[in-house]
Amino acid sequence: MSEAHFESAERQADAARLGMWAFLVSEVFLFAGLFTLYGAYRAAWPEAFAEGVRHGAKMLGSLNTVILITSSFAVASSLRALQEDRPRVALRWLLGTLALALGFLAVKAVEYHGHVHEGILPGGHGHHFATLSAPAGQAAFFTLYYVMTGLHALHVVAGAAVLAWLAWRLHTGALDARRAHVLSNGALYWHLVDCVWIVLWPLFYLTGGQA
Amino acid sequence: MSGRTPDAKAADTGLKAWLTTRDHKRIGIMFLVATTAAMALGGVFALLLRLELLMPGETIVDPMTYNRLFTLHGVTMVWLFMIPVIPSGFGNYLLPIMIGARDVAFPRLNLASFYIYLVGAAITLAGMYFGAADTGWTFYVPYSTTSAAALVPVLLGVFTLGWSSVLTGINFIATVHTMRTEGLGWMRMPLFVWTVYGTSIIQVLVTPVLGMALMLIGFDRLLDWGIFDPARGGDPVLYQHLFWFYSHPAVYIMILPAMGVISDVVCAFARKNPFSYEAIVWSTMGITFVGLLTWGHHMFTAGMSTFGAGAFGILSMLVAIFSAIKVFTWVGTLYKGSIALDTPLLYVLAFLFLFIFGGMTGVAVATTSLDVHWHDTYFVVAHFHFIMVGGTISAFLAALHYWLPKLSGRRYPERLGRLGAAGVFVGFNLTFVPQFLLGNRGMPRRYFDYPPAMHTLNAISTVGSWVLGASMLFIASYLLRSLLRGEPAGDNPWGAAGFEWRTSSPPPVHNWTGEPPFERGAYDYTEGSPALEGARDE
Ligand SMILES: [Cu+2]
Repeated sequence: MSEAHFESAERQADAARLGMWAFLVSEVFLFAGLFTLYGAYRAAWPEAFAEGVRHGAKMLGSLNTVILITSSFAVASSLRALQEDRPRVALRWLLGTLALALGFLAVKAVEYHGHVHEGILPGGHGHHFATLSAPAGQAAFFTLYYVMTGLHALHVVAGAAVLAWLAWRLHTGALDARRAHVLSNGALYWHLVDCVWIVLWPLFYLTGGQA
Repeated sequence: MSGRTPDAKAADTGLKAWLTTRDHKRIGIMFLVATTAAMALGGVFALLLRLELLMPGETIVDPMTYNRLFTLHGVTMVWLFMIPVIPSGFGNYLLPIMIGARDVAFPRLNLASFYIYLVGAAITLAGMYFGAADTGWTFYVPYSTTSAAALVPVLLGVFTLGWSSVLTGINFIATVHTMRTEGLGWMRMPLFVWTVYGTSIIQVLVTPVLGMALMLIGFDRLLDWGIFDPARGGDPVLYQHLFWFYSHPAVYIMILPAMGVISDVVCAFARKNPFSYEAIVWSTMGITFVGLLTWGHHMFTAGMSTFGAGAFGILSMLVAIFSAIKVFTWVGTLYKGSIALDTPLLYVLAFLFLFIFGGMTGVAVATTSLDVHWHDTYFVVAHFHFIMVGGTISAFLAALHYWLPKLSGRRYPERLGRLGAAGVFVGFNLTFVPQFLLGNRGMPRRYFDYPPAMHTLNAISTVGSWVLGASMLFIASYLLRSLLRGEPAGDNPWGAAGFEWRTSSPPPVHNWTGEPPFERGAYDYTEGSPALEGARDE
């Protein structure tokens, strides 16, 4: 497991942290293309996008924001507990984070289900668009909605898998205070998932103006 | 694992030991073998394309097959060969040695990166072959979303290759930051390390954007999501923006490490320190970051505001200034040097010629008013082949000849090497200079036919491609022979001062026996330099 070629454990932790940051930057750029599309399409269809936002599930989206911010607090608390050499406490906070992640996905599923029910599907498919006289702008909005929140949800799943793996290692004792940087990297990833959502939240749930 | 020490396991030469290795040197060699094979494949496609263009009208293939051939050629050469070859191949082998480390920061990730490359390459090639992809390597919408060909496999393949690129980039960034040996500050690093570092930054930043763009086309083809479809509020031009946001910097992924090779080789064969180390370092960083902001020059004719076109044009020319700084530095290094005209230096000279020629025509096409005339013609084809192919191939061959003794401990025959270099240079120019003239006369790219008036120049170009192909075959044959039966090279056959020459050739499993002897600089050819201990045969 240990890569014996590092000068010191500290160096190894440095390398892992830097590697994680570089990975996070690449993740940001993965979303950046989509944010660009959102900006360009919103500029082209300001009315339809505002209408789409007003149509969004504001309560569910906001609930998910609360869930994710709480989960970020939980994972940070877990890290702190581990650094203070209290692995049992760390494990409990981490399991809490995991529960919140699953909660987020459940809310998301309810939200998607509601949209499908209303006849709103990606690509301008579904009966909702048949009722509009000019569906193009809203089609673009909801396609982006599905792609961006869907890609984000995929990251929640990946993040939850990482958290579960870390929890397992905490449970078996393989992860202890000396290797806290591993948990720290997992927490960093989870914060990124949170940060992306905090940008998605206004774009798809809040900035609709007054009807 | 049977109780053997890790070192014994690493020194094992069995196939299984190679396939499960975490040694950066072996991973580098495996990348070199795989990417060189890809180059051969892409080269065969190129020869077929040129053969079709030997005569006007249908010569060997029908138009649709021709479309598939140039797609195969472009995709193979760009993603399977030029992007990974120098960073993942030579970079993997040399970067840790050049900073006095025993391996990269994440050796397992490094091996994973190789397998992801292999899987991506397999999906890409099989996908193109069976899916009949005919869009060109650019996958422009709306053709890529409406073409009858099956494109999802090749999109998935390129997406996978992108991951290999990102992971290698992350690995190298962490390695350069955290694995440098005691006392090796940033401004003492070999220039090759600097350029691979800059390349890694680009790979990490832009590759995900390509991945996203290709994924969106995939969604459209699989699920009819139409995200670039104007009827559904989309804009096809935005696809081009996303594509070139990756694919222009991709040119620097190819050319920056090539510039690193040139910087190191030129010093070794002029037996001098670089004319200005700082100039090369800062122009490398300049290209790394300014290069991220020039993609729009591919779209001057795609409906862009005059202001936007002007800004992209000027930013593109700024990159030419950074490149020119490098060219002057290399030439300044040669000036009053103690020059040995061995094969690697011949490739450096070829690089300089091709790069200056290609660079100047690049400034020409970055000028919007001229680009309107040349856009989508063979002028552009010739321009980017001069830079990307001329630049990358000559640096690749320089690196191959320069570092072959390092990798194998053997020498290649110098006379045959010079002959091969001359053949490549003549063949390359014979192939691509006529294409500038054809483009200027208005011959559009990607057509399988042309009017009879353009026959002569096309025929010359095709003959040139044969000279180029034959030279590559010739080079491959003597290099393979040298690998098996070449003269022993000793540890430092060039008498070079570079750090990588201060260990045995090939190096031991962990690169160094004891502390890396880095007290003297990597370009120090003054009295008492380690370079002078190397036996340089005249
Ligand atoms: Cu470009």
